[in-house]
This record gives sequence, structure tokens and C-alpha cells, in this order.
Amino acid sequence: MEKAEMKAVNKPIRKKDAMQLLMGAPVYTDDIAPSDCLIVKLLRSPYPNAEIEEINTDIAAKVPGIEAIYTWKDVDQNGKRFTCAGQTYPEASPYDRLILDRHVRFVGDVAAIVAGENEKCVDKALSLIKVKYKKLDPILDFRLAKDAAVLVHPEDNWISMAPVGADNKRNLCAHDECSAGDIDGALAGSDIIIDRVYHTKAVQQAMMETFRTFCTIDTYGRLNVVSSTQIVFHCRRIIANALGIPKSMVRVIKPRIGGGFGAKQTSVSEIYPAFVTWKTKKPSKIIFSRYESMTASSPRHEMELHVRLGAMKDGRIRGIDLYTLSNTGAYGEHGPTTVGLSGHKSIPLYGTAEAFRFISDVVYTNHMSAGAYRGYGATQGLFAVESAVNELASELGMDPAAVREMNITHEGELMPAYYGQMNTSCALDRCLARVKEMSGWDEKYPARDMGNGKVRSVGLGLSMQGSGITSVDVGSAILKLNETGFYTLTIGAADMGTGCDTTLAQVAAEVLECSVDDIAVFGADTDISPYDSGSYASSTMYVTGKAVELCANELRDRIIRLGAELIGLGADECLFDGKRVYSAADESRSAELFEIAAASMCGSSDTLAVTKTHSSDISPPPFMAGVAELETDKETGETRVVNFYAVVDCGTPVNPNLARVQAEGGIMQGIGMALSENVTYRGGRVLESSFMQYKIPSRADIGRIHVEFESSYEKEGPFGAKSIGEVVINTPSPAIADALYNAAGKRFYELPITPEQIAEAFAEREKTGNIRSLKEKL
Amino acid sequence: MNIEITVNGKKLRDEIDADMMLIDYLRSHGCLSVKRGCETSNCGLCTVFLDDKPVLSCSVLAARADGRSVTTLEGLRGEAEEFAGFIADQGAEQCGFCNPGFVMNAIALFREDPSPSEEKIKEYLAGNLCRCSGYEGQLRGIEEYLKWKKQK
Repeated sequence: MEKAEMKAVNKPIRKKDAMQLLMGAPVYTDDIAPSDCLIVKLLRSPYPNAEIEEINTDIAAKVPGIEAIYTWKDVDQNGKRFTCAGQTYPEASPYDRLILDRHVRFVGDVAAIVAGENEKCVDKALSLIKVKYKKLDPILDFRLAKDAAVLVHPEDNWISMAPVGADNKRNLCAHDECSAGDIDGALAGSDIIIDRVYHTKAVQQAMMETFRTFCTIDTYGRLNVVSSTQIVFHCRRIIANALGIPKSMVRVIKPRIGGGFGAKQTSVSEIYPAFVTWKTKKPSKIIFSRYESMTASSPRHEMELHVRLGAMKDGRIRGIDLYTLSNTGAYGEHGPTTVGLSGHKSIPLYGTAEAFRFISDVVYTNHMSAGAYRGYGATQGLFAVESAVNELASELGMDPAAVREMNITHEGELMPAYYGQMNTSCALDRCLARVKEMSGWDEKYPARDMGNGKVRSVGLGLSMQGSGITSVDVGSAILKLNETGFYTLTIGAADMGTGCDTTLAQVAAEVLECSVDDIAVFGADTDISPYDSGSYASSTMYVTGKAVELCANELRDRIIRLGAELIGLGADECLFDGKRVYSAADESRSAELFEIAAASMCGSSDTLAVTKTHSSDISPPPFMAGVAELETDKETGETRVVNFYAVVDCGTPVNPNLARVQAEGGIMQGIGMALSENVTYRGGRVLESSFMQYKIPSRADIGRIHVEFESSYEKEGPFGAKSIGEVVINTPSPAIADALYNAAGKRFYELPITPEQIAEAFAEREKTGNIRSLKEKL
Repeated sequence: MNIEITVNGKKLRDEIDADMMLIDYLRSHGCLSVKRGCETSNCGLCTVFLDDKPVLSCSVLAARADGRSVTTLEGLRGEAEEFAGFIADQGAEQCGFCNPGFVMNAIALFREDPSPSEEKIKEYLAGNLCRCSGYEGQLRGIEEYLKWKKQK
């Protein structure tokens, strides 16, 4: 339904909960937990791979206030395993976990669960549990994991639920191969091949609210779980699987969430208090420390990406051959699925390519399990492919923007590497043109020496993502007309700060021609909400938003039908303007909305409530072009992003303010990944275990971020909308890496790029005599 | 040990453990706007005023506040609301978890310097981390607020 003038959609409306959040209202998990909750904490393994030979809890259990201590002895070691990944049937992530496993597989894996009256007694008990570990050889380098002698999951009750090429006896969590066209021929016929290996690390979502959950037993003896989660319905299944109880006995509710970014698409914290409360029938809660959130959580998959990109001398890209090796860590959460995006959401940017090949392996190691993080594999893939395209441009002495102009995908073209889907809506060409203009690209590219020991330089990157998982993700909405004519919208999608409670209400308000304030929104509760796969995979606006639109349209029809009946006309003779239903022929014959609402609640056998579910057989990609402008100190290597320019095509921005902040926030996370967020394992232990070592950008660390929109119109989306949440994190890494090359003359193939490496690059260039690029050669 | 603290204008007397941190004391007295985001004094979420000076309540012993007065966001309604509206108008509150600490410290800044430069704003609030917004919308909101304040 396209309208010339929209009243609610595309308007920068305040988030419905904005003032409550800004004023510190007690709306998060820990704020609403009962005060008599048992405190749950976990004893974690100090070894990356070990078997628990003995575990003695006798003394610990005697600490006053301790309610219960659980070890592997309390869990059937031959029972059915489960995954903590929040995914739709058939679950791609292997069933490889037990709540408590005698075999601990990373530093931080759980050896015991302790529950007690207060933190002090629980801490005391944790220190008194005696464990004798039998240390096993760990696999710490993911390049050596496949077919290694040491197996991360040697057990026979490991199960792969879907045909993803997994084999625990080879340390393989997944393997896949796909291609189109003759890639070997395309590469052989190319004038130039960029053949490079890129490495990205297991960076952390670092949402401000750590993982947390509280559990109670309700009136009916059911387990009620209140958790900071993006996926209430998946959570219900995961908890039931973990505890081995019927799903009907579990209810999961999401209050406000203090950020997720994919971290909370895995049930990282839920199963432990669920286990305690189910066993003790007492309320319990777990609050992860920041240390635990940094060392035993669900970060991005570390990947090594081998790109071979073939092109002609004139810049035409002929083919891309990508091999991705992904490190899922000790457990397979999101392992088989993240890796796919590294190829399927990077290669299709280049529409001219006549062939591609994409092969991937996902391996187990004795690192903490990886999970879902905004961008979900596309971020890693785009760092590699976009960096290769930047290198191609400089090898050919061409402007990287010109190489893009020649090769990018356009609306109406087939995208073989994007699951063979059509490019149904795309303003990438306009994004590119606009970002050049905005950033002053032609004047600033590639670099200028500021004469004060500093160099200013620019770099470019493109990005795409998806809008939900094709034919898998499901969004739903229930809309009701209530007394006096206000509406309630019930959803199963999770507003985690993104503002979907508001943006989905905007979609409904547009259809129902009312104010967003006339729509009360509720989400999400597995007992009340309609089924929704959850807020991830950039699905909420495109998939759930469409469900809301369909739902509102049907409710609108039913309001007209009842209104027409009240004034003694047929529905086709009447119109609705949001406030009343009236005769098209004679406006004085009308029924006010409050009258219609009252009629539906008095002597009526027709409730004015509609439930709609929607799934899409395409996943229209949003696109983006980003330019980083850096200022780099030649002596110290200190680099500052003085400006980041971004132009995004998310289709119609349903709420331009919130879309813009999504872009700004995603860009900042991308900058962190490129320049400061490092993950270093030593002996299987993560060194960056707090915000002291793991440096997410502060506001003092960067200049300004400039975001604009160039919108295409996606016919399958609500009012032309696609997604925004993930596409925005992908351009900083390749743009910054190329800007640093333009400044210092050295290519960087690993993230983050540290000041030490940059200073060394400048020093090296001083020594070897200043050959910055091959531009001069050609 | 026994302490006496004035919290948001109300005198409280309590028997507490000597190692209790101010954040836990305040949360146990219903000041739930005070949030914990780290254990290393890095994130700024737990910012409150101790005798009108912003402090990280995760790093101050409750006993240190004995005989002094503490203000949390719950005690700053009018002043905070006036400013917060400008952040809401940018959509920069996002998940909201860092908001109370950020709002507290921003108010401390405005009290100290009614017309801070962009550089001063960034420097003063550098210790208030936010993972959602990229800070840009917060900066726009602050700039709009200061503009409005000047015109008023």
C-alpha cells in the first residue's frame, strides 16, 4: 500500500519508551527481579580442555545460606544434548551441550552451579569447591583444528540436527561448497588476480547490560523465565530441551533489554537459574559479571578468509573465489549459519562477475563458543572482499570508487551468489555517488600530508546484508480495537533498544490513520505474544513489519464492516478516516470509532481483533556506502576517524531518527572492530577480559559521523522498507584499512589495526623511500 | 557499621557491612536507575552525585558517604527531564541502560559550564560509554539543548 503523503511512517517520532528509559525507570531484568531470589553463580574451568576427575562440594555446601550446588553428577551425561543458539527448525547448530558436562572445553566452561541466599555466601562456597581436573591437550589454533588428533567433541551423543556438513569426529561444525559459472576459467582469463588472506577476531558485542535472567514458579507450577533476550520463543525451546521438561511447562518473558546486538540471540545465561528454580522451586537469578560477559559468552566468529579476485585491466571484475575458515569455539552456536554470510553477503555486491565459488569450513576449538553478532559473518566477509577490491583498484591505478561504479549490482539484476535471488530494490549506485559528494572524495582521495607530523587520508567500503532469513523467519502481530477506540498491538519481536515497539506501531498507525500514541504495544511473552522467530537477522521491520501492515489492513476492513452495519450500509459503500466510518455518498451518515469499539464489545459475536503471520520468500538486501576519513600520526601511529560518511539504502526509513541512530551506532562498533577491539588468547585464556583491556570506542575517540539515506522502494516490505540494523556495521573495517594504506603505504590483512603496526608502517616507508602505491607504475 | 546518608533529600540510617559499595546501597534503597556495567570503573553507568560532585558509585564505599548527601536520577526529576527530552527527540536513548549515568554526568557538566565546546563535552563525558548510539545523536541532543537553554 503506497501513499503519496504518509502520516506516521517515515516520521522521526520519539520512541514510546524514550522518556522512561532516559529517566532511569526500573524496567530491566534485575530491576524487577523478586528480592528473595537465590543468587546463582557458576564455577568455571581454569583449563581449556579437561575432564573433571573429582569434584568435592561437601565443605562448600556447609557455608550458611547455601541452598544447592550442582555438578556433572546431577546431569545425565548420556542424555540428549542441546544447543543454546536461537534458531528456527531445523536448527543448524549442533546439539553439543549439557547443562553440566564432565568434559570442560574452554577456560570459563561451567564446572558447577551454586545457589545461595546472597552473593557473599555464594562467593565463599565457590572458593571452597575442590575440583581435580585431568588436563587434556587443547586445540587453540583454529587453522589446525580440522582433522586434528584431539577432538573437542569426541562424545557419541553429539547430534547434528540439519545437513550442514558437520562431523564431530573431524572437529567440523559445518562444511559447505557452492558456486556458479566457471570460476577457474574466469580467474585464468583475468589480467590480474588479487590473492590474499584476511583474519578477523572474536570481537564482543559489549552491550551495556550483561547477560541476566531470573526464574520463578508460577501459580500453575510452571517455570517462568524473565530474561534479557532477543528470542523468547527459541529460549522456551532451549530451556525445555536443557531441562528435559515439556515446553508447556516453560514461559519466557522479555522486559526491557539493555542492548543485544546478537549476543542475546543465544541463551547464554538462562539455563542456569532455570535449572536451579526447577530443582528447588524457589526464585533465582543470575547476573553475569562483565568479566564473564567478556570471557564466557557468544562473540563474533573468528574467521580467516582467503580471497582470489580476478579482474581485467580496465577494472572489470570477472570472478570471486572465497574460502572461509570459521572458528566456532567449544560449542557450535550459530557456527553453520554465520559462515554463509561471509560469502553470500559480500560476493553479490559485484554484479559484473561471471562466476563465483564459495567454500567454507567451521571448526571446533577450545575457545569460548562464538555466537551471533550484528553483521553475522557478512562483516568478516566484507572486510575481506572489500579490501581485495580496494587493493585491485590500487594495483590498477584506478580510483576505488570508479572500480565500484563499473562493477556493482543494480536493481533488476540476478544475484547468483545471493541464493540466486533478484535484486528487487537497490540504490547502491546512488549511495556511492552521494557518499563521494558528501565526503569530498575527489579532493581528499587518497591522502594529504598535513605538514604537522600527521596525514589525512580516506578509504571506501560498500556493504550489503539481508532482511530476514528467506522462507524461514516468521513475524506476527495481534491488533485489537479497544474501548474508546484505542488499539493494542501485541508482538513477539524484541525491542532491544532498537525501537521496534515504536516503528511497528508507526506501520499500524499509517494503515489505521491514527496517532502512534493511540496504539499501546506489548512484547514479548511466549504465553501471550503471537509466534515470532525473534529479533535477529535484520528481520524485524521487513518481516514483522509486513505482518503488522497486513494485520492492520484486515482490522481496518473489519472496522469498516462493523461501522457500515451500524449505519445500515454495505462495507463497500463506506469509507474510514481513522476516526469514523461514513457513507461515501453522504458524509453525515457515520459511526464514530468509539461507537464501533463499543458495539464490538456489547452484544457482539465478532471481536475486532486480528492476528497475522508473515514470512517472505525473498530477503531484499539493504545497501550502504561508507567513507572513512582518518588523521594518523606518523610517529606514534595513533589514528583518529575524524569523519565517517555513510549513505544507506534501507528502503523507506520507517523512523528516520531511529534509522540514523542505528547507522551511527553500527558504524561506531565497526570502527571499534577496525582499530581498537582486540581479542588475544594466551594458553586458552582471553586477555581482554574487561573494558580496561577491551577498548570499545568512547565519545572522545572519534570525530563526527555523517549519515544520509538514499532510499529504494522495496515492494515486498511494509511501505517500501527493508532492514537497517546490521548493514551499517560492515563498511568501517575495509574503509579504514584502505585509508591506512593510503596514509602509510602498507596493506593490513588483520583486525584490529593497532597504532604499533601503523607506526611501524610509517617507519618502514621512511626507510624504503616512499613508494605509496602502484599508481605511478601505470 | 552504622551510617547516615541523605539520599535524594531523605535522611537514611542503616547498619551496613563495611565493604558495601555505594551502588549496592542505593539499589537496595530503591534507586534502581543506578546501573552496573562493569567491574573496572570504566563505563560510567553508575554515576551519582556525592555532595553535588559526580562519582562512580561502584567505586565508592557506602561508608564513605556517611554524613554526606547523595543524589541519583530519581532525585533530579525536573532538571533531568528538561534535558532528556532533547535526547529523546534524537532517538539517541536506544537501549537506555547507559542513560541514567549519562544524564547525571551531562547535568554535572552543564552546572559546571553552561556553554561547553564540543571538545569539552566529549572530554567531560568520555567516561560514559554507550554501545548503541555511536554518541552522535547524544551530541546532537546536547547541542540542541544548549541552544534552547541559551534562547530561553
